[in-house]
Amino acid sequence: MNQPPVLDVVGVVKRFGGFTALDGINLTVAPSERLGLIGPNGSGKTTLISCISGSLIADDGQVRFQGQDITKLTPHRRTGLGIGRSFQIPRPFGSMTVAENVAIPLEYVGQGSRKEIASEARDILGLMRLDHLADTDARALNQIELRKLELARAMACHPKLLISDEAMAGLSGNEVDEILEILLAVNQRGVAIIMIEHIMRAVMGFSERIVVLDAGKKIADGAPEEIMRNPDVERAYLGE
Amino acid sequence: MRIGWFYPIALLLVLGGAFATKHVDSNFVFYAGYVVLQFIVLATAWNILGGFTGYVNFGTAAFFAVGAYTTIALNKALGLPLLAIMPIAGIIAGLIGLAAGYFTLRLKGVFFSIATLALAVVLETAVANWGYVGGASGSYVIPPAEVPFFDNYIEGLFSLMLLLAVVAVGIARYIALSKIGRGFAAIRDDEVAAECMGVPTLRLKLIATTLSGALMGIAGAPYPFYVTYVEPTSAFSLTYAVNSIAMPLIGGTTTWFGPVIGAVLLGSLQQWATVTISSELNLLIVGVTLVAFVVLAPQGLVGLARKLFGRGGRTP
Ligand SMILES: Nc1ncnc2c1ncn2[C@@H]1O[C@H](COP(=O)(O)OP(=O)(O)O)[C@@H](O)[C@H]1O
Ligand SMILES: [Mg+2]
Repeated sequence: MNQPPVLDVVGVVKRFGGFTALDGINLTVAPSERLGLIGPNGSGKTTLISCISGSLIADDGQVRFQGQDITKLTPHRRTGLGIGRSFQIPRPFGSMTVAENVAIPLEYVGQGSRKEIASEARDILGLMRLDHLADTDARALNQIELRKLELARAMACHPKLLISDEAMAGLSGNEVDEILEILLAVNQRGVAIIMIEHIMRAVMGFSERIVVLDAGKKIADGAPEEIMRNPDVERAYLGE
Repeated sequence: MRIGWFYPIALLLVLGGAFATKHVDSNFVFYAGYVVLQFIVLATAWNILGGFTGYVNFGTAAFFAVGAYTTIALNKALGLPLLAIMPIAGIIAGLIGLAAGYFTLRLKGVFFSIATLALAVVLETAVANWGYVGGASGSYVIPPAEVPFFDNYIEGLFSLMLLLAVVAVGIARYIALSKIGRGFAAIRDDEVAAECMGVPTLRLKLIATTLSGALMGIAGAPYPFYVTYVEPTSAFSLTYAVNSIAMPLIGGTTTWFGPVIGAVLLGSLQQWATVTISSELNLLIVGVTLVAFVVLAPQGLVGLARKLFGRGGRTP
């Protein structure tokens, strides 16, 4: 961990009214690291990545990306810097086809010609095995296809850090393996990945390091084997 | 660069219209045609914001009236001709659109719409209390006795509005087919997702409010010369807001040609009703048509046609 981190979250606090969803979270991600983010439902995982991607602004603390303070930046600026995220509840552009959905970030983040964009969209959809649906309206997709489209759009942002928010929920074993394979391939190209996942087999196998949230606090941070043996983590998941 | 079919046809339309003024004697055609063309501009302008980005503006009349009153004020103060006033009206209405957008676009959905309605009410009150432009009792504008090239000023106004309609539709079409238009569509579909996919949503929305307001203002600038007597109630009439919303909805809001179809159909229908029955009926016609479309063809005629000819959906 001698390289400067790609992401550095320092003491981030997020409140909703009187409720503290994130209570001083610290988190670093090294370049091309694979980080698993786990925790019970409602522990603040989605809120944390929203503060990182900019859909929410942290009430306190700092978010640094490649050394730059991005705490207050708009989401599209952060995307431009290299943060790509998928949404846990898919948010497709419903009036567009699958290929057009992927072309939006390609056009706004990159600067290829229309032709290059179309061909890159095909490549990404091919990688996600969505190419047979390229010209289908996004609103006609089923849940699994929508989750793949979420990941495809996040990749189309040309991220240096890709955040996948429960992209595998509801997928079959084969499909989970398929997505893990794709994310590994993306990671091989030097993209750091934060994976939020409930499927333990997937997240433990994929991640080099695991961070555990519980009730808005970080309760553990370490190698997967360490986390598995951590009594606090067990307590958070199983209750007292 | 490819020129495509649009620009030659647009040019032919304008030339054809100007040519028609030389060969059609009935001034009624031009009086009625002017109104339909004016609605093409208003519906197209409304749709750039309302249809493309999904922000429903109830304040069309405010921007239209800003254009009309710019003409009255500048004509009275400086004696400027209409052609010089129109770009100024566009700039003023555009700046109001920019400011209104900046202060209201944080509001979502119905709250944005209510804010635009409030803008119309505030501006109407202000104008009604502005003595220089006639206040609540209104003021007269004397059309020029002669206009170059045309036989009378209504033919000139008709041709001007025709040109404006073609330009407005050309702008809307250009946007719809460009990167900005695709960004607008992303905003309409899901603004949060659009931001996260790199779309600068605030900047794009401000482009939409500015452009939409400017086009409405330019459309309102010739109005005092058309009616020759302007007072706040008619310049800020509900008809503008209602029509500029109804026409795109009937035609189809997601394309550049939907509002044109809606404006031609609904505008002509109202002109016909005004002559054969009574102008009192106009709002009723709009209302009934609108309800019918909302129930039977919520995506407008364009959506209906696409459904019938099967674009989209799941292809096997
Ligand atoms: N926009 C919001 N307004 C109010 N409360 C919220 C909002 N978003 C999340 N919360 C609350 O914050 C907590 C953390 O939610 P979330 O980050 O979605 O958890 P996770 O992704 O770990 O399941 C939950 O109690 C949730 O109800
Ligand atoms: Mg979540």
